Amino acid sequence: MKTIIVPMATCAAFALQAMATAHAEDGYDAPDDWPSPMAEHHTWAATFDRLEYAFPDKGDETLVWDFEAWYGGDINRVYLKSEGENIQGDNEDAEFESLDLLYSRLIADFWELQGGIGYQGGIASDDHPERYFGVIGLEGVAPYRIETELALRVSDEGDVSASLEAEHDVRLTQRLFLQPRTELVVAGSDVEEFGVGEGLNSIRAGLRLRYEITRKFAPYIGGYWEKRYGDTADLARAQGEPTEDTAVVAGVRLLF
Amino acid sequence: MAASKFPSFPLSRRQVLKGGAALGLGSAALGLTPAWANPWGQSNVYPQGIVTGPEIALDIRRRTLPIAGRNARPICINGTSPGPLIRLQEGQDAVLRVTNLLDEPTSVHWHGLILPAGEDGAPGISFAGIAPGETFTYRFPVRQHGTYWYHSHSGLQEQLGHVGPIVIDAAEREPFRYDREHVLLLTDWTFEDPARVMRNLKTGEGYYNYQERTIADFLADVRENGFKETAQMRAMWAQMRMSSRDIADVTGSTYTYLLNGHAPGENWTALFKAGERIRLRVINGSAMSYFDVRIPGLKMTVVAADGQPVQPVPVDEFRIAVAETYDVLVTPEADTAYTLFAEAMDRSGYARGTLAPRLGMQAEIPERRRIADRGMEAMGAHGGMDHASMAGMDDSGMAGMDHSNMAGMDHSTMAGMDHSTMAGMDHASMSAMDHSSMQGMDHSSMGAMDHSNMSNKDHSDHSGMLPAGAAQPGSQYDQAGIGIVPGERRVLLYSDLKSFAPWPDRRAPERELELHLTGNMERYMWSFDGKKFSEVSGPIHFRKDERLRLILVNDTMMEHPIHLHGMWMELENGAGELIPRKHTINVKPGERVSALITADAEGSWAFHCHLLYHMDAGMFRVVKVS
Repeated sequence: MKTIIVPMATCAAFALQAMATAHAEDGYDAPDDWPSPMAEHHTWAATFDRLEYAFPDKGDETLVWDFEAWYGGDINRVYLKSEGENIQGDNEDAEFESLDLLYSRLIADFWELQGGIGYQGGIASDDHPERYFGVIGLEGVAPYRIETELALRVSDEGDVSASLEAEHDVRLTQRLFLQPRTELVVAGSDVEEFGVGEGLNSIRAGLRLRYEITRKFAPYIGGYWEKRYGDTADLARAQGEPTEDTAVVAGVRLLF
Repeated sequence: MAASKFPSFPLSRRQVLKGGAALGLGSAALGLTPAWANPWGQSNVYPQGIVTGPEIALDIRRRTLPIAGRNARPICINGTSPGPLIRLQEGQDAVLRVTNLLDEPTSVHWHGLILPAGEDGAPGISFAGIAPGETFTYRFPVRQHGTYWYHSHSGLQEQLGHVGPIVIDAAEREPFRYDREHVLLLTDWTFEDPARVMRNLKTGEGYYNYQERTIADFLADVRENGFKETAQMRAMWAQMRMSSRDIADVTGSTYTYLLNGHAPGENWTALFKAGERIRLRVINGSAMSYFDVRIPGLKMTVVAADGQPVQPVPVDEFRIAVAETYDVLVTPEADTAYTLFAEAMDRSGYARGTLAPRLGMQAEIPERRRIADRGMEAMGAHGGMDHASMAGMDDSGMAGMDHSNMAGMDHSTMAGMDHSTMAGMDHASMSAMDHSSMQGMDHSSMGAMDHSNMSNKDHSDHSGMLPAGAAQPGSQYDQAGIGIVPGERRVLLYSDLKSFAPWPDRRAPERELELHLTGNMERYMWSFDGKKFSEVSGPIHFRKDERLRLILVNDTMMEHPIHLHGMWMELENGAGELIPRKHTINVKPGERVSALITADAEGSWAFHCHLLYHMDAGMFRVVKVS
């Protein structure tokens, strides 16, 4: 996995650098050895939007993360995103549901078009099957301030899938937020090894109540309901997994 | 001019305020705050904290000092932050030797002073900057008088307290008398690293805003205006993905607002004797904060704006944009204390001191007002963008027609604060203007297409131009701005500003240059004509000695204090031949303002928004006069 990620990251970083420094200075009087009057700096951010422990009604207790980091300027950025879980008590290591390295470009005030590669599988272990993806995504804020993330994936086996995540903050007080969140996954073909069936895979809807002690540290509690559909549900049943479940979650949102 | 190696001893040390101890000032206050902030005022007994004379030495370094009772590491000038008062004499040749004891380059810009381009202190434009360990000597003739200030023009150093006041005594008698004077320098201090503040602004929209609308505000509005109207109004803002409470980017949640370097609790006190006429030289040296200044119980008479004498205007309150200065006269008749109250525009905090006959006194501190919601005028900003692209097609029609409609719509509804008519009338047409599709568009590229073409165009067709001095349709000079309830008290307006005497260049403008103030709130990108400084390919060109009209159109939802180095901007506020001149002009959301400029200052000059983080984000241009 590392063998792919590293060169990709290097390329993306170079692309970013090239674009950031390519600006003409014609017409100015300043000698070459003077600094630019206004230097622009690249910046970065890293967020655990969700870092939570789930207590499902039927399934096993699970540690879940939803991480996102970026580096770059206003227009061009490199993203590293990861969602994954560690099911407790299954004697298996944690699994990346996705680990994406993406180049991102601001294409409208509120929207970034993203593209790159993704990975699904175990973290430094062979406990889980692995596959790679090409990823194209759209991330941004829809009208009514709905944080939206759309991703289209094509796996190294040619399997196509798409996911949509949307969340919205309702401000109860200056620090207390209620956050409805939905997640929807569809796939173009059956991939039994990964429990993926053709068509609508699953819908998950959650509600979290978050208290921002600071902007950087915000614990929350909440719950979600999840249902699997069609072939995906059949695959789950065959594995002895529930097709519909609810869970209580407790976690923290972190901003670095 | 000539950079010399720094000698191994400090060039200048401010003397300790000996008298302060005798007056019972706590030792904590000694040596830590600039001596010009001494309570008796500088025309009085303790001149030590003022640097003056034919040659002035300033050293710039970081020091650990308490601010608001906490250890801080501001950038100090001669050992204090804010720095010493630089007192110059109109007609003298100033020589200022600035030694950089920081471990990074620095600079000093003399804000509002008319001087040769090489002495202006903007790194990369007027000089190379001052390298660590080096001394740079500024030399310039002093050809004006009044209240000004100085600050770093390097990176975000200004946020670290690299600011100080300048007072230039007039060669001839000023048109008003006073018995005593005090400098009131307002600043905003944060214990966070300024680079971190910038990163927070880039990563989290509304990061510092803890006065956003909540469910409770919604319910309160429903009770007052009914559900339908409230829901419509909120839906509109939600659709735009903007906050009507976005008044200040950086707020009292991280800032401690300082008056002469002192936090509100420290109660910095300016002394007077009952019956004296006192001149207060108010300077907004903040990085990001607008203030509303008042002294409950005292009428203030504004006698100068941005250092330039104006016809006296009696007011109860005035709004001071970042980088502006106002001189006011007050005459407290009673032997009692008065609160000097400077409330941040977003109401998230205040700076405060006391004007008192004796130390240790204080008066009641007024309650802060509640944060206001922006209304139609801010949305007008988005309408304004439509107009901008229209303007590209039809120059003459633009000035006369479109914007007056805009202005008419915004103002009347706003001023009245009549929510019912506002909602009833405009919402439908507003949404019909198709905001959603607009939001979906890339403003920056839009700017690249429309605005730049427009601004490069010489509007040399005189028939379409307004006469010199006339207020542009779309200007809001007769409004105090967001958060001030009209009629509550007498507040200074831009339309009140009339020069004390006419300025010499009475020519009509030969051409117009229009610039749009643009931005992307979500990304914290700020620009002129949709292009950040890093995206433009060269300077804005002024022909030497031409008379031009600069039109600024604010397409954003924030106020922007726009500052031109090296030349005055004569604000076309309809004052006729008494057109006032300014170095910094506040442009409200959706507003269109204009200024006449005599391009007599050869060389390259900085031109930018004086909100520090807006400037740093790219709202910056170079003006070249040749």
